[in-house]
Amino acid sequence: MTRKFKNIKGGVTLPHKKGTSEISTKILPIPKLVEIPMQQHIGACCEVLVNKGDYVYVGQVLGDTAKFVSAPIHSSVSGKVIQIKDIILYNGSKSVSIIIEPDGKQTVLPDISKPDISTKENFLKAVRSSGLTGLGGAGFPAHVKLDTKDRIPEALIINAVECEPYITCDYRAIIEEGREIVKGIELILDKLSISKSYIAVEDNKPAAFTLLKELTKDEPRIETVMLSTKYPQGAEKMLIYALTGREVPMNGLPIDVGVVVMNVTSVLALFKYCQTGMPLVSRRVTVEGDGVADKGNYQVVLGTYIKDIFEYCKGDNQKTLKVLCGGPMMGITAESYETPVIKQNNAFLFMTQEDLDFIEETACIRCGRCIDACPMGLMPLTLNKYALAKMTEELEKYHIMNCIECGACSYVCPAKRHLVQSFRVGKDLLKKAKVKNG
Amino acid sequence: MDKLIVASSPHIKDKATTSRIMLDVIIALMPTAILSVYYFSYVAALIIVTSVSSCVLFEYLFNLITKKRHTETDLSCVVTGLILALNMPPLKSSIILSVIGAFVAIVIIKMLFGGIGQNIFNPAAAARLFLTASFSSLMTVYVAPLTDGITAATPLAIPEGEVLPSYLDMFLGKTAGSLGETAAITLIAGGIYLIFRKVITWEIPVTYIGTVALLSYVFGQDPLYCVLAGGLMIGSIYMATDYTTSPMTHKGKFIFAAGLGLMTASIRKFGSNTEGVAYSLLFMNALVPLIDRFTTVKTFGRIKKK
Repeated sequence: MTRKFKNIKGGVTLPHKKGTSEISTKILPIPKLVEIPMQQHIGACCEVLVNKGDYVYVGQVLGDTAKFVSAPIHSSVSGKVIQIKDIILYNGSKSVSIIIEPDGKQTVLPDISKPDISTKENFLKAVRSSGLTGLGGAGFPAHVKLDTKDRIPEALIINAVECEPYITCDYRAIIEEGREIVKGIELILDKLSISKSYIAVEDNKPAAFTLLKELTKDEPRIETVMLSTKYPQGAEKMLIYALTGREVPMNGLPIDVGVVVMNVTSVLALFKYCQTGMPLVSRRVTVEGDGVADKGNYQVVLGTYIKDIFEYCKGDNQKTLKVLCGGPMMGITAESYETPVIKQNNAFLFMTQEDLDFIEETACIRCGRCIDACPMGLMPLTLNKYALAKMTEELEKYHIMNCIECGACSYVCPAKRHLVQSFRVGKDLLKKAKVKNG
Repeated sequence: MDKLIVASSPHIKDKATTSRIMLDVIIALMPTAILSVYYFSYVAALIIVTSVSSCVLFEYLFNLITKKRHTETDLSCVVTGLILALNMPPLKSSIILSVIGAFVAIVIIKMLFGGIGQNIFNPAAAARLFLTASFSSLMTVYVAPLTDGITAATPLAIPEGEVLPSYLDMFLGKTAGSLGETAAITLIAGGIYLIFRKVITWEIPVTYIGTVALLSYVFGQDPLYCVLAGGLMIGSIYMATDYTTSPMTHKGKFIFAAGLGLMTASIRKFGSNTEGVAYSLLFMNALVPLIDRFTTVKTFGRIKKK
């Protein structure tokens, strides 16, 4: 692997706002109710495997499917299933949610045990059983990512970039559980016969860099790399480019350029599963924004409602106007406080009036800042024009599907145009047009 | 619990706004405007005030009559008015002519084409050419600075054999010409401010001026004299860099500016006009959609799969 660390193309410099980075992670109490949706990953929805009235244990499988791009979903609490209800996800698709009333005992499934990871096949099976999906936000099932078939990756890239403002949960994971993370990386390298791993950290997190460097000093296979801070360097394709100079082909996967990328928290979750057999039932989330008083990182059981986090962190519902699941650049707004925590939620930001700008969209002045900001080499102003005009052929010609929706273009736009929003609509139009034309 | 705002990401925005960009251009042009008042006294001040206020008024009236959203506060009409004023000769007649120029620039060239971001031609350049064509006797008479209206030839119009102004005088703008096109020092200072504020990039001014210098050298002229004379400085730094009427990509900007340089140097050398900046601008403006079409950026990952 050639070693030429570059910066990403384009990108923007954002305010860091990592105010919670030096606060130790606290544990959020088990809530009165949890709601566990059957769709917490990219891919097929899980089928419900329990019935209303059933008693479930911590770590028990609640839903699974035989479809390839999926991961099982486990109960995060012990208690009684009180309702199975239909829900509509933020992206408009239908799903099912299981509502459990915890008994507070957190009784673990009796037959839970360390998984068999003796061979590569068993290891990949174990990764699937762990329920692990990309914890950085994309929610791509980990076993699909790690199963590179007959292609052995040249390198495993560990994403500890955390380039979105506010979010510090990956950083806290490194500081608090760095040793386990390094062991997790070694485990994956061993099981998948990969010879090299890079841990990528941005230079606004020097403590994490120093710690990882120290922890990996006797491990020649792992190299900790400090990259200069630039958004969206944590995006998979951007990170690969920054580290290797290789471009993942359009519609391609990282393995097409010989690498596999995993989020640092995902590695940690995988290692814990291999040690204990306890699947992914809780995670660390950053709670930030001026709508809450007790900002910080919290270990929460999956399915906890946002309102429970909000109340525990002394939230002010007069001040809070907008709740973001994820960072301010790519996060999704919660429709209500009754939204449950799912696997890929790395942060909840409670935004107030001061954080919001309701500046009206004005005419594009063709300044070209969006072109310079786009890390994917797209022309956002042109795409915007064609998306609004619903010209799908032009959208395809200007590669709209290559947009990663990082928001860099909308961020820099002086006319405050809703660029990313129009691209989401444009992508949908193009998909529909393609289906129509066969 | 209360209702929450649902919106599409990103949820934060940079502070830059269209009006702040325009304000930066106004700030950058201020030293030149002030210097023109120093050189040409109250006439210059009246031309600037008339031109700017007519541009704002025409845009306001256009939006009012056509029931469009008011766009005057984005300050782009102020920039147009300022640049138009700096393109006028320092004569009392220019006060009236600048009202006509403002009408052409704002109503015909800008608003009828759809307003900011939509016009094909640079409003100030088009208005200057319209006035030159319609009132040529009033638009081609220039007076020497710091005199009480003594007519003089511009550096590019001085007949061969006569004494040419010194480089220093040209640099300081102590030559005959339009209000704001002569003083290289303040125009360059404003340009550096704009580059520093990331309002413009260096490609267009440097390529444009560089091409003119190179070609005038090839044509056997004095490159420095050609660069300092006439409307090249204001044209290359403030008019050719107009976002709406210049290409979007860096590659396109090079082509655009090189084309401008080629046209300006050629018009000055071979044409019957002494000035070529405004003509070059209009011609190259018309080519911008074509340049944009052939200078798209390379999309990430556009390589063959292994």
